[in-house]
Amino acid sequence: MKQFLIFVKKEWLHIWRDRRTLFILIWMPIVQIILYGFALTNEVKNSNIAIFDQSQDQASTTISKEIAASRYFNLVKNVHSDQDIGATFRQGKIRMAVVFPVNFRYDLLHSNHAQIQLIADASDPNTANTLTNYASSIINDYQQSLNQNEQLPYTIKTQVRMLYNPELKGAYSFVPGVMALVLMLVCTMMTSIAIVKEKEMGTMEVILVSPLKPFRIIIAKAVPYLFVSLLNIVSILLLSVYVLDVPIVGSIWLLMTESTLFTITSLSLGILISNSAKTQQTAMFIAMMSLFLPTLLFSGFMFPIENMPLPMQIISNVVPSKWFYIIIKDIMIKGLGFTSVWKETLILVGMTMTLLGISIYKFKIRLA
Amino acid sequence: MKPVVVENIVQKYRVKKTVVDALKGISFTVDSGEIFGIIGPDGAGKTSLFRILTTLLLAESGNAWVDGFDVIKDYKEIRNRIGYMPGKFSLYQDLSVQENLEFFATIFNTSIQKNYDLIKEIYQQIEPFKDRKAGQLSGGMKQKLALCCALIHKPTVLFLDEPTTGVDAVSRKEFWEMLHRLKLQGITILVSTAYMDEASLCDRVALIQKGEILSINTPGGVIDQFEKPLWAIKANEMYKLMNAIKDDPAVESCYPFGQYHHVVFKTQENSKQKLENIAKGGHFTNIEIEAIKPNIEDCFMALMKD
Repeated sequence: MKQFLIFVKKEWLHIWRDRRTLFILIWMPIVQIILYGFALTNEVKNSNIAIFDQSQDQASTTISKEIAASRYFNLVKNVHSDQDIGATFRQGKIRMAVVFPVNFRYDLLHSNHAQIQLIADASDPNTANTLTNYASSIINDYQQSLNQNEQLPYTIKTQVRMLYNPELKGAYSFVPGVMALVLMLVCTMMTSIAIVKEKEMGTMEVILVSPLKPFRIIIAKAVPYLFVSLLNIVSILLLSVYVLDVPIVGSIWLLMTESTLFTITSLSLGILISNSAKTQQTAMFIAMMSLFLPTLLFSGFMFPIENMPLPMQIISNVVPSKWFYIIIKDIMIKGLGFTSVWKETLILVGMTMTLLGISIYKFKIRLA
Repeated sequence: MKPVVVENIVQKYRVKKTVVDALKGISFTVDSGEIFGIIGPDGAGKTSLFRILTTLLLAESGNAWVDGFDVIKDYKEIRNRIGYMPGKFSLYQDLSVQENLEFFATIFNTSIQKNYDLIKEIYQQIEPFKDRKAGQLSGGMKQKLALCCALIHKPTVLFLDEPTTGVDAVSRKEFWEMLHRLKLQGITILVSTAYMDEASLCDRVALIQKGEILSINTPGGVIDQFEKPLWAIKANEMYKLMNAIKDDPAVESCYPFGQYHHVVFKTQENSKQKLENIAKGGHFTNIEIEAIKPNIEDCFMALMKD
């Protein structure tokens, strides 16, 4: 036990004395959360639009006002010709234009049929879609207010309720994603160089010629990083609750336990890489390629896994962060308990055991 | 059983597709409490041999026992009881002197206090710097710290792989004095070096070259094996002189040694006369010729020729 503790102490001193790396380890999650929270948002807010109102009647001005008042849109220009619309789009000033034809209200009241044209910049298809949907729904609202007093014979109204995230905030999905990403980065990349560093420095030679057991060396290497990771988890959660307004609906203790489990999984993976790599550079590179990209691609936080081709979906199953992402989403956002995440938890436990087992089995008790 | 027994150890390694023989079946034994020197140039196979004996490498074939334990089967036992100081400085550079020592004491299940008397004399020299990071120590102090760390668990056999390489002359001398004091404590010491002059400080030496042992003997014994007279010659143009001597068919070998060339003849009759003739024939001036006693290096050169 004493042997183990002194090894942990030694590892801790390595981390502690390398202030620059420690600084990065602690600030990286904070910077990432803030980056994703404010800079890399895919929510549609305050999009610039132009209105071309050719009828200037009561109906068209009311609709224009409603659209301009919405928090999704920001009216920047009233245009006066078709050419002007094209020009404004080309200048990149607007995302969408609303065109009212001549005699809009007259047509609406007398022929029961009027048209509004929505022109959107579809170079970004998702945004274009979202914008036209928002505008359509505002127009629909107006139409319904017109028909208020009349009884239409057959109407179907859709009632939409956005569960778990009624305001449709992007933060709800990326906080769990960033958590998975950051923990993976900190734990795996840092531990991936831990063992190979000793090999490179030559200290492994002396450590091997000692009664230390491989099992203890490996666990002792991981412990300080576990501690740093727990610090990261806490800072991510604090930021998400107090800065990004993403509440923790479920049990915080369950959340912490699951996060710790995932941390251990990542640490085991890092140790396995460190065990097999010959130089620190290779180790870092493997960690980068085998973790960073798969975590981004296959955890489901950037791209929905259900939409991927089947082989990709199968591959995604071996990415630990996918399971962690599901767990965190379920607990933190949906407020579910352990009974709904036990399967994913079991998968993570299984992965951890396998990775650690392979690391200990593959730990070289000799130099070559 | 003797502390170190080596039987027919063969070691090969592969560089791309060619197989290089690091050790070509070497055997020797080391007696209890002696300083046994493995002397040889770089690339002779010294480090490979040390790594096999310290259970870090598996030999291609052959057997070896350290302290009565098989280096393959009982590697765990051996790792409990030997001290090893690799050729490359292998302590934690970002840990202080004290922290390094404490770390190595603890992983060997002991404490600094318990075996302090063993390292006291060496440690006292670096104690003023005990809070300094190991990476900031001078070469000689690094070696002293490494020796302390290798000694702290009171090993029965101590393996020192080129401990004095890159260390200044004064520190080298001190280092060897320490080894002699350790020997008095009953520790068997296996030390490798590329410095021939250190051979005389060992109890017995094995001269090793290209993976083969040329001779195992006491330093005195090695010198006694050198039977032919040895001449030292000096003149104004040393390089020309060397070529002139080498061209003579009667000369067995000639090599530069400090300010002189050392010369050995194939036959012993009139050798001084022959040497003088060569020097005069080449119109050299300021000629000095002297009969000298061979040292280990001369013996090594002679053995290499064979």
